[in-house]
Amino acid sequence: MKADIAMVDPGPTGRFGEYGGRYVPESLVPACAEVEAAFRGAWSDPVFRARLDSLLADYAGRPTPVTRAERLSNELGLDVLLKREDLTHTGSHKINNVLGQGLLTLAMGKTRMVAETGAGQHGVATATAAALFGLECVVYMGEVDTARQALNVFRMKLLGAEVVPVTSGSKTLKDAVNEAMRDWVATVADTHYCLGSVMGPHPYPWMVREFQSVVGNEAREQCRAILGGADPDVVVACVGGGSNAAGTFAGFVGTEARLVGVEAAGGSAIGRGIPGVLHGMRSYLLQDEWGQILEAESISAGLDYPGIGPEHSWLADNGRAQYRSASDDEVLDALQLLARTEGIIPALEPAHALAWLVRAARSGEVAAGSTVMMTLSGRGDKDAETVMGLLS
Amino acid sequence: MSSSHAGRGLAVERYLRERLGSGRKALVTYMTGGLGTDWVRYVEAMADAGADVVEIGVPFSDPVMDGPTIQEASGAALAAGANPSNILDGIAGAPIGVPLVAMTYYNLVARAGHLRFARQLASAGARGAIVADIPLEESGDWEAQAAGSGVETILLAAPVSSDERLAEICGRSHGFVYGVNVMGVTGERAALSQSAGALAKRLKAITDLPVIMGFGVSTPDQAAEVASYSDGAVVASALMRMVLDGAGPAEVADAVSKFRRALDRG
Ligand SMILES: Cc1ncc(COP(=O)(O)O)c(C=O)c1O
Repeated sequence: MKADIAMVDPGPTGRFGEYGGRYVPESLVPACAEVEAAFRGAWSDPVFRARLDSLLADYAGRPTPVTRAERLSNELGLDVLLKREDLTHTGSHKINNVLGQGLLTLAMGKTRMVAETGAGQHGVATATAAALFGLECVVYMGEVDTARQALNVFRMKLLGAEVVPVTSGSKTLKDAVNEAMRDWVATVADTHYCLGSVMGPHPYPWMVREFQSVVGNEAREQCRAILGGADPDVVVACVGGGSNAAGTFAGFVGTEARLVGVEAAGGSAIGRGIPGVLHGMRSYLLQDEWGQILEAESISAGLDYPGIGPEHSWLADNGRAQYRSASDDEVLDALQLLARTEGIIPALEPAHALAWLVRAARSGEVAAGSTVMMTLSGRGDKDAETVMGLLS
Repeated sequence: MSSSHAGRGLAVERYLRERLGSGRKALVTYMTGGLGTDWVRYVEAMADAGADVVEIGVPFSDPVMDGPTIQEASGAALAAGANPSNILDGIAGAPIGVPLVAMTYYNLVARAGHLRFARQLASAGARGAIVADIPLEESGDWEAQAAGSGVETILLAAPVSSDERLAEICGRSHGFVYGVNVMGVTGERAALSQSAGALAKRLKAITDLPVIMGFGVSTPDQAAEVASYSDGAVVASALMRMVLDGAGPAEVADAVSKFRRALDRG
C-alpha cells in the first residue's frame, strides 16, 4: 500500500502533482482568490464548522447509515456495505457540498448563487441551499439534460430557482459549466459560483473534496463498527467530476483499502483521455488531436462529462486509486439487481459503481469473500422515467 | 490605406508604436479562422480598410470568454473542419498588409506543446498571440517559448485586476496590453461599460505599451469613445455578426472603414 499518499491541502497553487491549478481568465482570478481565502478562513473557524455540522445533522439528516447488503452480498459472494447518501435530504451527496458553499456565500456577503447541473441533483441541492439561506439562484442545465431530467427541473423551479437550458455545444454538463462561468464573469461582485464537483479552478477541487469528506470519514468509522475494527478490502464509488468518490476516498486513503472509481464507459476521462486544460483545471480529458474537447456519452446525465477532478488524475497516476468504467447495459442490470435484492433503487450514477463490482466479483478481480464499501451516492427517483424508457 | 504589405512581417509592438507615434489611434479587428471558405478574404479586406492589426480566432470547442456571436462563429468553423493547422496555412501566403495575432484558448496550445504552437504561429507569419483563458500564474512558460520563437504574447487586463497585477501584466505583455472593457464575455452591447474608461486610465498611468481596449465595442462612436482614453479599440463581435448574417468582404470592409474614420476623427 502507498501509505505515503495523502489527500491534503494542495497549497496556494492548487496542484495535485501536475494536475489542478487555476486556469481562468484574468477577470476571474480575484474571484477565485476570494473563494480560496474565504474557504481557508471558514474551514479553520470552529464557529463555521459547528454551523455546518449542525445543518448536516438537523437539515440534511447526517450521519447517513451504512447498510450491510446481505442478499446482494450472497448474490456476489462478497460482503457489501452501502454508504447511504441516497437517504440525505434532496436524495444525494450533493447536499453536503452546497450547505458548505451556501454558508460560504453568506460569509462572503454575496446574495446570488449560480450552478451547473447534469443530472439535476446538484441543481436541486443548490436551489435547496439557496432557499434555505435566502439567496437568489440560477441553474444552468444542458438542453439534453432538461429533457431527460424533467422532474428535477420542476423541483428546482418549485424551490424558487431559475433554470436556464443551455443550447450550446453538446448541450450537456460540460456546456452548462461553460455557461455558468460566463455568468460568473459578469456577476462576480454579488455572485458565488457553486460548482458541484471536485473540478474547476483552485480552490474548488480541494474545497468540494473537503465538504464531501464527511462521507468517507463517517463511513470509515461505521465500517469499523460493523467489521469489528477492520477496514474494508475495497472501497468503490462512481465518478463524474468525482466528488462523491473524492469524499469517500478521503476517509479511506490512510487505510489499506483498495480504492476504485468507476466512470461511465462513454465518459471515461482516465481510461481514454489525455491530460489537458478545461474549466480552470489541468486533468485527464477526452479530447482530439488538436485539443478540442470531445463529447462524453452516457445514459447517466451526472457522469456525462469529458473530464475528471484533478486529484483523481493524480491518484490514478500514482496508483493509490484505480479507475474503471461501466457500460450503459451493465448499469441497467446493476440498478435492477440492487432494486430486487435490497429494495433500494439507486440513481444511475452509483449504479455504475455496482456494475463494476458485479463484473469484478464474477471475473475474480475482487476476490470472493472480500469486504467492499460502496458509496450509494443518490436515489433513483430522478431516473425512473429514463429507466422505464430503456427497459420497455 | 495599407495596400502595401510592409507591416506583415513586423512585430506587433514595433508596428503599433510607429503608427501611434503619429497620433493615430489603433484599430484591431477580429476574424474567426476557418469560417467559410473565403475567410482569408475578410482578413485582407479588414487590413485594406484600415485595421492596424487583425486577430485571427483559432476556435476552441469550449470558448468560455466568448458570448453568443463568437461562439456561433467558432462552432460553425469547427463544424466545417477548421483546425490550427489549416487556419495557419490559410494565412501563411496571404497578401495581408498588417500584423496578425492569433486569439485562442489554452488547451489548443497545451495540446500542441508550447514551443511547437509558437513555431507554427511564427512560420505562418502570425507575430502575436492572445490566450484568453489563462492568467499570469499559468502562462510563464508559454510566454517564454513564444518570445523565443518571435511571437509576442499579448496579456489581458481586467477591471477587477489589482494595481499589483496590472503592473505585472504590463511588465510581461508584449505587442500591446489588451484592456478588457467589461466584466463579462465578448459580444455586442448597446453601451460601453463604465469600467472601460477607469481601466484604460489605470493602464495608461502605469505603462508606455500601447493600451488597446476590447470587449463589447459595437459602434464607431463607442470605438472613438474608448480610444479617447486609450490607444485604440478592438472590434470583434460586431463584425462577426455581419459575417454570420451573410455580409461579404466588401460590406465588412465598409464597416471597418467607418470604425477607422471614427477613430481618425477622434
Ligand atoms: C447521485 C449522483 N451521483 C454521482 C454524481 C456524479 O458526481 P460526482 O462524480 O461529483 O460525485 C451525480 C451527479 O449529478 C449524482 O447525481
